[in-house]
Amino acid sequence: MNETTLCKPLRRRTLGWVLLEFFGSMNLAITLLVVVAIASVIGTVLQQNQSYPDYILKFGPFWFAAFNQIGLYDVYGTGWFIAILAFLILSTSVCLYQQAPGMLREMTRFRTSVQIDSLRGFHQQAEWWLPDHDSRTVQADITSAFRGFGYRWRIQDHGDHQVIAVMKGRYNRMGYLLTHAAVVTIGVGGLLDGNLWLKLKEWRGELAVETRDLSAREAPPISRLAPGAIPTFRGNVRLPEGSAANFVFLRVRDGFLVQELPFAIELKEFQVAYYDTGQPKSYTSEVLIHDQEYLGDQPLAATIRVNHPLVYRGYAIYQSDFGDGGSKLELKAWPLTTARAEPVAAKGEVGGVIKVGGPTAGALSLELDDFRLFNLLPEPNAQPGDRQFRNFGPSISFKLRDAVGAAREYLNYMAPVQIDGRWFYLSGVRAQPGAPFSYLHIPVDANNSPERFLRFNARLHDASGLRKLLALPAAGGDPDFQRDLNQVRLNLVELFAQGGFMAITEKAKAVVPAERLQEATALYLNLLRETLAEVFVAVLREEGVSVEQELGERENAFFNDALSALAARPAYGSPFYLQLTGFQQVEASGLQVTYSSGAVVVYAGFALLIVGVFLMFYTSFRRLWAWLAVEDGAVRLILAGTGNRRPAEFAREFAALQTALERRLGSPLSPPPSLSPADTLKEAH
Amino acid sequence: MAATREAVLEHWNQPSFWQRLTVADGLWALLVIAGSGYAYWFYQPYMDRYEVAIQFGATLALIGWGRYWPPARAFTLAVAALTVLALWRYGANYELRKSAFLLKYLLESQAAFMWMSTLYVLATVTYFVALFSRSEFIGKTAAALTWSATVMGMTGLLVRWRESYLLGADIGHIPVSNLYEVFVLFALITALLYLFYEDRHRTRAMGGFALLAISGAVAFLLWYAFGRQAYYIQPLIPALQSYWMKIHVPANFIGYGAFALAAMLGVAYLLRVGAEAHHPDGVLARVLPPAELLDDVMYKAIALGFAAFTIATILGALWAAEAWGGYWSWDPKETWALIVWLNYAAWLHLRLTKGWRGAPMAWWAVIGLFVTLFAFLGVNMFLSGLHSYGSL
Ligand code: HEM
Repeated sequence: MNETTLCKPLRRRTLGWVLLEFFGSMNLAITLLVVVAIASVIGTVLQQNQSYPDYILKFGPFWFAAFNQIGLYDVYGTGWFIAILAFLILSTSVCLYQQAPGMLREMTRFRTSVQIDSLRGFHQQAEWWLPDHDSRTVQADITSAFRGFGYRWRIQDHGDHQVIAVMKGRYNRMGYLLTHAAVVTIGVGGLLDGNLWLKLKEWRGELAVETRDLSAREAPPISRLAPGAIPTFRGNVRLPEGSAANFVFLRVRDGFLVQELPFAIELKEFQVAYYDTGQPKSYTSEVLIHDQEYLGDQPLAATIRVNHPLVYRGYAIYQSDFGDGGSKLELKAWPLTTARAEPVAAKGEVGGVIKVGGPTAGALSLELDDFRLFNLLPEPNAQPGDRQFRNFGPSISFKLRDAVGAAREYLNYMAPVQIDGRWFYLSGVRAQPGAPFSYLHIPVDANNSPERFLRFNARLHDASGLRKLLALPAAGGDPDFQRDLNQVRLNLVELFAQGGFMAITEKAKAVVPAERLQEATALYLNLLRETLAEVFVAVLREEGVSVEQELGERENAFFNDALSALAARPAYGSPFYLQLTGFQQVEASGLQVTYSSGAVVVYAGFALLIVGVFLMFYTSFRRLWAWLAVEDGAVRLILAGTGNRRPAEFAREFAALQTALERRLGSPLSPPPSLSPADTLKEAH
Repeated sequence: MAATREAVLEHWNQPSFWQRLTVADGLWALLVIAGSGYAYWFYQPYMDRYEVAIQFGATLALIGWGRYWPPARAFTLAVAALTVLALWRYGANYELRKSAFLLKYLLESQAAFMWMSTLYVLATVTYFVALFSRSEFIGKTAAALTWSATVMGMTGLLVRWRESYLLGADIGHIPVSNLYEVFVLFALITALLYLFYEDRHRTRAMGGFALLAISGAVAFLLWYAFGRQAYYIQPLIPALQSYWMKIHVPANFIGYGAFALAAMLGVAYLLRVGAEAHHPDGVLARVLPPAELLDDVMYKAIALGFAAFTIATILGALWAAEAWGGYWSWDPKETWALIVWLNYAAWLHLRLTKGWRGAPMAWWAVIGLFVTLFAFLGVNMFLSGLHSYGSL
């Protein structure tokens, strides 16, 4: 296109000129587009706004601090990122400022002073020499052709010649203005909705992020924002059923702020609905809005669902997540490391902590983290991608924290789970947050309970009971040998109860010469197995199961599963198995409340952008000229034109116009211009 | 001259929009309205007012599309006929998909997608054969294969839409809700875009390249279907239960399809210039489409993609404002959409304001495909975020 050049230089070389020139430069604009794109990648590769301890775990203290310094945990809120965005907006504004006057002039002004030579230089041009015409009728013919093509024109008489200047598709230039104005508008609206206001308040010392673990009520005034204190925010609150809140938490870096609301939200009920397949179908919160000022004593009832927020007084309230609101739990703790076979009953509430006197030095604290009514999980033996799910029923998750503060996390299912045709109580454990759970599989007894296993386990820790049980001499044996053998058996059981099979093999390594190790280990394991079987039979007898004949298939399977569980027990780490025996669920709904004053601006920008882009791409700005002069009693007519887009289409349009004129005026002088794409493409710019 | 002024004027006056409408146009509009009305009558209980508005808009768009590009009419009619046939055969019994011959081997969505896949791969090969043999007939065959594949794919999607309702009234949803379904959509849209340019530029030389991208998508689709059993119809998670999905996703895929097409034309361009430089008399230099044409269509595709992607991203932002509490959350998928958009904005500026042409722009279009591919697939595979429902 030959008319508009980029960002034209202004007159004087002042500092302002230099700055304008710099910010309006196309090179800067393209560079910024690419730089913003690349910078944006960072925040997608590194998960943003996770908890700081997680980052420390991931990167180690040194890199954690380094990354924190440049704000990698909240890239899109850092000063430097906002600064490049601001530069892009500034650059677009400057470009717009420099281009707009020219574009507007172009849209409104007919170019009536043209040189005959420049017209002849156009790719699309035709020239007639018309001896027996007069300029008036030629002019009338031309203008009516122009009218037919929907052009607008203006005639200028230059004395010796006339110029008819034509324009069409002015909206294309409007498209440029709208598109770039839209970029600026969206950018400004977005910045208004960003975290600038918080940063400003922090910088002025009016606000400090609270990093302690406090409740909203306890947060000091310096960490609180009154309604309207900032024009935009996005905050969250977790409401248990039956409770209300008139604030939300804003998460900032590793802490939070409390944003107060001019009304209170009460959660009446939270519901999850499920499809027949068991997948969740909807999350619904029934809420009441209490607002003395606007609603008086009559609260507003509303339903909030995913994709269906409630907008009240400009505040939008969303269903964002859900969780436990303090379900009441009935628990039984079965000792795993002592001879005691009876459980301790306890009551707790999700979110609460129970102190447990451990068998080891120092108390453990049992933190009840979560209760879930449904656990829809892939089938245990499913191939990846099988998409078979099963509801594993209610579960609790909790942490056991020792006096030093180290914690293991547990996940216990309430009901037994069938795996390979047998049933187990599952309890998962992990020492690292985020690591996969490893599961203890406690086999289920004839009463559908974990009791038999737990009694079996307790017996293994009961040294005097074992001694009595195993002391029975085998009839007709050598008594000394029998005594020694019994002692070995006792030791083996004790070792196994403390450290599983590993402890046995370790022990064998320590006492047996290497060449006999394999043999001896096999011997030990066999002996252990026999001994454990004896103990198991005693457990069965106690239960009243008839064991006179061979053990039944079920008992055998149970025994094998029990051995696996016992072997895994040392790694389990907890001194007890916590069984969930009853619950009363209290759900909590996670609501997000936002207030956004920039949204209107951004949406206006969206509208401008769509209109602008389409005008720019799909309309084309065309100019044509007819140059008329009377020479030696004949009329010379030159028709020429250019379009800023879609050169091939313009070439066709010009050819049609020329054909229309030929019918009236006869053939032009010069052969029609070439229509090859190569030519027309070059001409476009 | 004998002609009167009036006669001349009449000749010069281009016919107005209304004058140019033909009887066929009128019939077409009536047909679309009738079909859409029938669908409305049938499915109205499942639609909210926004969805009714979307259907209204889609009806107008279809009328316009058929007017603007006549082959779209035959395409739509073929798809409609096959779909109606499938729906009629199904009745209300989803289990018929396993037993009824017509459904099991042709029109059940999974079967239709298999036909689509096969035909696209055949079309790819045929286009290349046509390119090197310069046979008009083989070229026509390739185009016919592509059209048939597209008809089968589109039919499959529509049938799948109905199947989801047969599975359960509360499960029914438009089949653009997971990676499997959108890959079909991607193949269809890319093919339609290509067929449009083939028709407008009267050349089949670009076909093999365009279809190569589609065959790539087909390969993924097959792996995903059989390797991961991804073809089951799944009920919608709550976050996707919104009318926005119906407009946001298709708009996005017009963008992706156009960018993919541009990239493949970029490849053809680079081959062509390379061949011209190194083996000017070689077979490649002879058969490949002219560089100017490739450059021109590449630009048009990127412009179209950019416009569609602009709309899609804006629709996504509006949806996010309704579902997640903010029009922009810097979620990885959103952010990658922005990256793609900025990338092509830079491309367009270089071309339009700096006048860059040729190999660098072609290279950039090819690289752009990888950026796009990451936004489309990589984000779901490697990054986690609010869009995680699309994970593999
Ligand atoms: C995010 C920022 C921007 C976006 C999305 C954007 C978008 C666009 C688009 C889509 C086009 C049309 C390209 C075509 O028709 O092929 C265009 C053209 C143009 N842009 Fe931008 N632009 C941006 C920033 C800028 C900046 C910062 C400048 C100034 C340096 C600028 C100057 C221009 C110019 C001069 C044109 C050509 C207008 C014409 O003569 O038709 N743009 N822009």
